[in-house]
Amino acid sequence: MLKQIFKWGLRKSLWVYHAGASACNNCDIEILDMLTPRHDVERFGVTLVGSPRHADVLLVTGVCNRQTAPRLQRLYEQVPKPCLVIAIGSCACSGHFFRDSYNYVKPIDQVIPVDVYLPGCPPKPEAMIDAVIKAVAKI
Amino acid sequence: MLSLLFSYLIFPGFLFLAVVGLLATWVDRKVTARLQYRVGPPWFQPFADLAKLLGKQTIVPEGGAKSVFLGAPLVGLAGAILVGTLLWSINAQPVGRTFVGDLIVVMYLLMLPSLALIIGGSASRNPLAAIGASREMKLILAYELPFIISAATVIYRARSLQFGGIVAWQLANGPFLWSLSGLCAFLAALLVVQAKLGAVPFDLAEAEQEIAAGAIIEYSGPALAAIRLTRAILYFVLPLFLTVVWLGGIDAWFPLKYLGILTLVILIKNTNPRLRIDHALRFFWGPVTLVAVAGFILAVLGK
Repeated sequence: MLKQIFKWGLRKSLWVYHAGASACNNCDIEILDMLTPRHDVERFGVTLVGSPRHADVLLVTGVCNRQTAPRLQRLYEQVPKPCLVIAIGSCACSGHFFRDSYNYVKPIDQVIPVDVYLPGCPPKPEAMIDAVIKAVAKI
Repeated sequence: MLSLLFSYLIFPGFLFLAVVGLLATWVDRKVTARLQYRVGPPWFQPFADLAKLLGKQTIVPEGGAKSVFLGAPLVGLAGAILVGTLLWSINAQPVGRTFVGDLIVVMYLLMLPSLALIIGGSASRNPLAAIGASREMKLILAYELPFIISAATVIYRARSLQFGGIVAWQLANGPFLWSLSGLCAFLAALLVVQAKLGAVPFDLAEAEQEIAAGAIIEYSGPALAAIRLTRAILYFVLPLFLTVVWLGGIDAWFPLKYLGILTLVILIKNTNPRLRIDHALRFFWGPVTLVAVAGFILAVLGK
């Protein structure tokens, strides 16, 4: 019963934290676009929070290089569980065309567990809302 | 004893204040959304937020003072509930449970949530939380002076330190708001309420964009839920305080008076940028204190 109420709460109120793992800023701008009044994700209870301690969803953008991989792991450990991770953009999903670069270590899903993959360079805000809804369905 | 427990936990107390307060925060979010040409969240949004936070993991930062860190939000919550219970049960009946100096007790207790935020933030061992706590401390120093002066205006005119006396004076002579001195004191107190709520021009203690979430940056799970619930209860309790002291107490018109004050707070919140801490200090010790003092002088002159 309590578990059901908690799950309902989690489904209706996903607080997102934007974790940029050295993206080119294109996906970041699209994330900001998703949060503007035009798309109004607060309708679904999605809010941007400033601290990883408050977050339920990590929006990870960018490729994971030697600098960001340990930091991303540490950031994931700082988020109170249960938490969802959405890899936003082709870089976060697969490394995209930085795959063969000298400082590319491993894909993000080998650093932290990823729930939803959202390819695109950059993905549209509508696609991001769709990704959040697919993440909700996984709860 | 049982009736006291009932009044603290259920009717004017915890349960009632929590539901009304959460609905008030929904009104705040919805009106904010409409002002930004958005649709805004559904009415159950604050309840969903709370249910979710209660089920999440609580993390105590490494090296933080655990008992103080987790205890401070509960102290703040208990203080906010106590103020709400006192205010409501003293003023709901015409010949209420008023006692000498209850106004002063309530003003002291109203400081408890801010103090809890400072103590909890300092216990978390986070530099950004320390900045938030120090800003909150300076903000308290700034707004307590005009708050006390504007309350003194009312005390002087009603010649009474009790809510009973203040409400009785207003029943006989009309609300304090309809006089020049009362208006000045009310304006000063409204801005103080804005700061006590941590609403936008004075939200520098937890400025999301500069210091992440300030004093509450390390809180997660049920402790964060307690902080949000405290804030929600204050959204009901502080306008209730203004209503009792300046607008003639709790009567048939109470919902309208309450919504009026809430709307004013939301409008101020949505039409102003955040102040810097030194500007906030100058603002409260300058113009706001001047307005409050002017109100007091007008009260002495009998206006």
